[in-house]
Amino acid sequence: MRRVLALLSGALFGAGLHVSGMTDTARVRGFLDFAGAWDPTLAFVMGGAIIPMLIAWRVARTGTPLAGDAFPAPPRHDITRPLIAGSVLFGIGWGLVGLCPGPALASLSYGGWPGLAFLAAMLAGMWTTPPLRRALDRRAPGT
Amino acid sequence: MIVAEISWLYGLIGGLMIGCAGAVLLLGTGRVMGASGIIGGLVDGTGRDRGTNAAFLLGLVGMPAMIHLLGWQVDTQATTQLWLLILGGVAVGLGTRFANGCTSGHGVCGISRLSQRGFAATLTYIGAGVLTVTALRLGLGL
Repeated sequence: MRRVLALLSGALFGAGLHVSGMTDTARVRGFLDFAGAWDPTLAFVMGGAIIPMLIAWRVARTGTPLAGDAFPAPPRHDITRPLIAGSVLFGIGWGLVGLCPGPALASLSYGGWPGLAFLAAMLAGMWTTPPLRRALDRRAPGT
Repeated sequence: MIVAEISWLYGLIGGLMIGCAGAVLLLGTGRVMGASGIIGGLVDGTGRDRGTNAAFLLGLVGMPAMIHLLGWQVDTQATTQLWLLILGGVAVGLGTRFANGCTSGHGVCGISRLSQRGFAATLTYIGAGVLTVTALRLGLGL
């Protein structure tokens, strides 16, 4: 049941990314191009996506998931260095190519070799993070 | 073509679909729909719930492939400069895992639950993205 619901969610996520134009890197980079020909589409995508989620988080205040033990714990509010440094790094990569993790996978079947190269590099970055994080923690504990 | 002129409407409709996807995952399984967490959890072995993650990714890759085959095609228009693809991919991979979230997790799911971390991350990566795109265009003409 969990897997069926996750498959359904993934399919809906992929369809939404495709329909909204977010697998088109020119559209995403256009949104980030404030000083150029600005493309506001991404703002509509974000706004549209937040509406159902506002309702879903309200529903999730009580009870349990349909096929799960519990809803997520309340959100953390601590603004940490990894959060900000990681987001800076992510923003740079996002600006360079115009792909983030969701669209990189959604466009996998039609993105050709550039999509594959980006995905391979992204997976390598993800795979490297835990050991890198441990090494950084040893050098500067508690940050 | 009409599509170009009403791209905001397609954005809004697609966005609503993305939000519904997040609602299905949250209310169905109790999981936060964060693409980088779901992918990263499978890649580095830290993720529990591997079957759920794999099923989500199957839908995420499979559905756009089907839509594409049915005739609604999108050109990704990605750069063909290998160094940009590698550099960008590594930065996105490292950055989203260090920050513990990306556009879907911090952006859509974080902001909608009024998480300060979600707001802070989203403002930061959009700011860094804007600076990067502007610098690339002005500096290298890309």
